[in-house]
Amino acid sequence: MGFLRKVGAIIAKDIAAELHTREMVSAMLVFAALALLIFSFALDLQGRAARAAAPGVLWSTVSFAGVLGLSRSLAREQLNGCIEGLLLAPVDRSAIFFGKAIGNLAFIVTVELALLPLAAVLFSAPLLKPAVLLVVALGTIGYAGAGTLLAAISVNTRAREVLLPVLLLPVVVPALIAAVRATTGLMEGASLTDVAGWVNLLVAYDLVMVAVSMLTFSYVVEE
Amino acid sequence: MTPSPVEARSTVEAPSVTEEDRASAPEVIPLIEVRDLCKSFGPRAALSNVDLDIFAGQLLALLGPNGAGKTTLLRILATLSKPTSGSIRYEGVDMTREGTTLRRRIGLLSHQSLLYEDLTAHQNLAFYAIMYDLAEPEERISEMLRRVGLEDRREDLVRTFSRGMQQRLALARALLHRPSVLLLDEPYSGLDPRVTAMLSDLLAELREEGCTIVMTTHDLPQGLALGRRIVVLRRGRIVYDAPRDQVDERDFPRLYDELTD
Amino acid sequence: MREARRDVLGLALALASALLLLVAIGLVFGYAPRELTMGEVQRIFYFHVPSAWVGFLGFFVTFVAGILYLVRQERRWDILAMASVEVGLTFITMAVITGALWARPVWGTYWTWEPRLTISAVQLLLYVAYLMLRGASDNPAAGARFAAVYGIVAFVTVPLSWFAIRWWRTIHPDILTGGEGMAMTPRMVQTLMFSLLAFTIFYLTLLRQRVRLENARDALARLRELADSRRR
Repeated sequence: MGFLRKVGAIIAKDIAAELHTREMVSAMLVFAALALLIFSFALDLQGRAARAAAPGVLWSTVSFAGVLGLSRSLAREQLNGCIEGLLLAPVDRSAIFFGKAIGNLAFIVTVELALLPLAAVLFSAPLLKPAVLLVVALGTIGYAGAGTLLAAISVNTRAREVLLPVLLLPVVVPALIAAVRATTGLMEGASLTDVAGWVNLLVAYDLVMVAVSMLTFSYVVEE
Repeated sequence: MTPSPVEARSTVEAPSVTEEDRASAPEVIPLIEVRDLCKSFGPRAALSNVDLDIFAGQLLALLGPNGAGKTTLLRILATLSKPTSGSIRYEGVDMTREGTTLRRRIGLLSHQSLLYEDLTAHQNLAFYAIMYDLAEPEERISEMLRRVGLEDRREDLVRTFSRGMQQRLALARALLHRPSVLLLDEPYSGLDPRVTAMLSDLLAELREEGCTIVMTTHDLPQGLALGRRIVVLRRGRIVYDAPRDQVDERDFPRLYDELTD
Repeated sequence: MREARRDVLGLALALASALLLLVAIGLVFGYAPRELTMGEVQRIFYFHVPSAWVGFLGFFVTFVAGILYLVRQERRWDILAMASVEVGLTFITMAVITGALWARPVWGTYWTWEPRLTISAVQLLLYVAYLMLRGASDNPAAGARFAAVYGIVAFVTVPLSWFAIRWWRTIHPDILTGGEGMAMTPRMVQTLMFSLLAFTIFYLTLLRQRVRLENARDALARLRELADSRRR
């Protein structure tokens, strides 16, 4: 019980901090919206081509925007040595991981929920389906788990936030491919069972990444 | 409601503990035993063969020049760092293993405030209250805010605080969970004058209550004024370890210079 | 001092590599048959495939060494992990380059999303990220820990990426998917296996030299530290 309570407290703390400043979510949102627009212009997408490209553009944008949020979230713990405040307390290191990861997941999903309608409009793509929301959630879980771990690493290096995309993007390749394929299928009218293979891959990816990240997190934050 | 370890009371009353004392009164066992502690960062040895006994209720002043390893030792005592070799036991229990439970009783005041700038004073303390599983957190938070004179700023973001106010809140945070072992890393350096007085008052109270305190400092007079036990570190080794009343304060500065080159 | 003695094992490995590689080249050009559809250029296959496999082996070694380092906290596992990345990167780069060189004359384009080539490219990015991470740490102890963790995380994504890429390429099969479509005669298999052996021994040779280099650096650092502390 104490474990869950502490995980909840960490999530609540991050949300409270974000509510006070609104820096992180707004930065991600603005960046993501701009990215969508730039993709539209640059690729000169119209009609069928636009629809076909929509899932890829959407997930690429999320991958890039998410990095901003992850960096900010872990940087908050670095400021004033707060992470040491957490390590000093009688808290399981995995509780710290889950607290941060779930919080990051919540922020990124918030941005995605705003992004989906925008992409649906810009690319005339039928993205607003419940099954798509499920795929979005699944795709983001593994991303947030691995991203939290890798952000905790990058924030402790000389290169800081700049290193995170270099570390994270190759690592999310499986999820990216699976999510784009599943979204494309669903968008073109397939049912969830039709894209089950991709969904299963996403679930497998999520399980593996969350497990590995949780197990190695203490080695990253503790000396 | 001030919890204090029962053994601490008796140790505070007892005379200074010398080797002979320890031999003849074996029931006065140290609260924390450090044996043959070594810590290296790559090829560089930060601490070598440190043997130290920390007795309950004592204020131990850890002196030494910069780079001597004071902060490294303090961090190991705080369970933030693990020794490369050697042992460190708290009431007989291996600290590197039982870290989580022991952390309840240990508090650290370091150079960094450990405060979240995007949260209010109250939110900061409430968060730590949950992390330390405090019973009746709201009362304790209000009490600590009163003690450090920040109750009228409780709903303000820490980002809006002046440096002195942040230091005061950091104090409140460090003491929130009533640690029985308080570790202070050069607590007086860079401190607002008003906060200095507050810190001294709080420390005096804690000593009354039998709290065990380890304080690092490079300010000799201060170390001698406060410490009941004086330990000097040089290049990761202990070069001096004696009870306060065995220290000749007029001679000590010269001795200290000699010990630390 | 141990380092001063001749490194017998290293020398043996180097000689073995040289010999095996020469024989392998001989087999590739003399023993293996000429492939039906692609002609002589297909012989790159005998360098491309073993490069990719050995690159993956390097990654696996880093993965295991990373775990051992986190558990045991011994410097030698850290050294092994780093050495394996550096050497593995060389092989994976060869895999990507040979893949591209092969693709050009056969399919008219330097790049195809062929599964093996793609997974090699992904591994290349992971390797480079690992090295950038190592370069970015000020604190060597922390840097070693971070690298070990990344080596573990990065490696577990490789099988997942492999599946994702393969399934992706089967729903969009284009004529560019090569390699798997090739029927292999016994001679081809033998040549491939021998080439793989040669490349693996070569990997071990380079690995050993890199580990020894790092050990020498450590010894030098220790001596410097000793000299500095004496002087103080």
